[in-house]
Amino acid sequence: MGFWSSVLLPFLLCLLLFIGFFNHSDKLSQSPGMMLWLQFAGAILGIMGSLILPMLIVFIAYSVNSIEHKAETWKSLFSLPISKLSVYSAKYFYAFFLVFLCLTLFVLFTLGFGNLLGSLKPQLRFSEYNVASLLTQVYFKLFLSSLGILSIQFLLSLLFRDFLKPMGIGFICTITGVILAGNGWKYAYLFPYSHPMLAISTMENGLRNNRGQGALPQITIDLFTKEIFISLVVAVVIFIAGYFIVLKKSVK
Amino acid sequence: MVIDTEGLTFNFGKQTVVKSLSLKVPDGSIYGFLGPNGAGKTTTIKLLLNLLKTQEGSIHIFEKELQSNRIEILSQIGSLIEQPAIYLHLTGKENLLNRALLLQVPEKRVNEMLDLVHLTNAAHKKAGQYSLGMKQRLGIALALLSDPKLLILDEPTNGLDPNGIIEVRELLIRLVNQHQKTVFISSHLLAEVERMATHVGIINYGELLFQGSINDLQTLNQPQVQIETENTVDVANFLTRNNFTVTEVDHQHLYVPYTSKQIMGQINTLLNQNGYTIYSINKQQKDLEKLFLAITQNA
Repeated sequence: MGFWSSVLLPFLLCLLLFIGFFNHSDKLSQSPGMMLWLQFAGAILGIMGSLILPMLIVFIAYSVNSIEHKAETWKSLFSLPISKLSVYSAKYFYAFFLVFLCLTLFVLFTLGFGNLLGSLKPQLRFSEYNVASLLTQVYFKLFLSSLGILSIQFLLSLLFRDFLKPMGIGFICTITGVILAGNGWKYAYLFPYSHPMLAISTMENGLRNNRGQGALPQITIDLFTKEIFISLVVAVVIFIAGYFIVLKKSVK
Repeated sequence: MVIDTEGLTFNFGKQTVVKSLSLKVPDGSIYGFLGPNGAGKTTTIKLLLNLLKTQEGSIHIFEKELQSNRIEILSQIGSLIEQPAIYLHLTGKENLLNRALLLQVPEKRVNEMLDLVHLTNAAHKKAGQYSLGMKQRLGIALALLSDPKLLILDEPTNGLDPNGIIEVRELLIRLVNQHQKTVFISSHLLAEVERMATHVGIINYGELLFQGSINDLQTLNQPQVQIETENTVDVANFLTRNNFTVTEVDHQHLYVPYTSKQIMGQINTLLNQNGYTIYSINKQQKDLEKLFLAITQNA
């Protein structure tokens, strides 16, 4: 379930955008290649950063754990001759992998659909600009910024059987995070659920600042900003704390 | 001793669920762990599997301390706790393959297990469509997969039909007799366990009320003289007048505590000489079910 959602989400989003661009190709044919790419990728990134990515993580963290909750298999997993750390970290890294897979697919589908558009509608000058390395960096930054949320949601889903608690907490925190980051609150970088949005908005700011200097802006991605740093710290700390909770926790 | 606990105590909050339990499970035994629902059986089993942290007392399995030798000990235990833990979206075989992968057991073993619990025909059916009995059998197959020395089964025959119960019983007896396994099996039904258990522990309100071999349990069981006669009330009154204790009277039978063959003969002679017609007179053991009830209710 988590696996398919992390494959289908990028595919469907990119497909939708592809259709949108395809139908409005006349209007867009004036733009230079770079701006086309930025519009194309930016449309996805905008909502990804704010809402979809945190909610996807909530869902992935839930689905990885709920499979054991539903089948009542925690007790049998923990009574196998396997260390508790292995069980816990294997679960965590699968969720980690799913998020990574999903974002990688976003990069690949964005590139794929963009180039497909370029070849189907030659008036769209997608081929003018090579966005691959830029896009990879953006999504990698997004990935790093999401790890704090992943650790928190993973632990919540592990501790609570039902969907509503982790989902509700995740949803409220995401909204809070968007509001905090959106209003430019000074300390928003300390709140993990603001990180994806912050990661995106710092990039947008960088873009805007550079724009005056030439006809085509130079985009540089500053990968390790302070919110990324906080996100990684939160991820590691919660992951370790989670292990000790699992160690102490009675298996029902 | 395969399982040896000393003063094992466990509290859920303020409630003491397991009280100072000292289990002794000898090698090669089928140990029936009996008690009514909510007596603390599952909690004890979870303690034995290190799913719950031991609060007080100690647990030794295969003569080794559980906490510090967890992985080594668990690698020799197969377990089934409450309802079997099965991935319902996978087939029966996939469930076993998945576990085989985790335990690094060859795939061949999966097919043997399917055969053993008669699920070969349903191997490729989703476990979600299995009947309760089939799920239970799959759970037993999962427990046996790694060929463990000790099997810990929590109510394994729950939801099985009589045939299934007999099959499981025969399987367990075979495992103990032919493969030198030890089986620790919990149940709330004595009748289910008494035909295979070599040892019995009876628990209620978290306390061990009886522990010993099945023969010890039998000897606890006072035999009685059962007398079948025409007019049981008259006979009962007559015997009482002659200084015999009558414990129970119903329409067909009356019961006197058994002391020896001679006394039973005397009763027979006495009644015959006084004109009472005796249809039958014999020694009878109270059935274990009644004994079990008596033990658990006195506490």
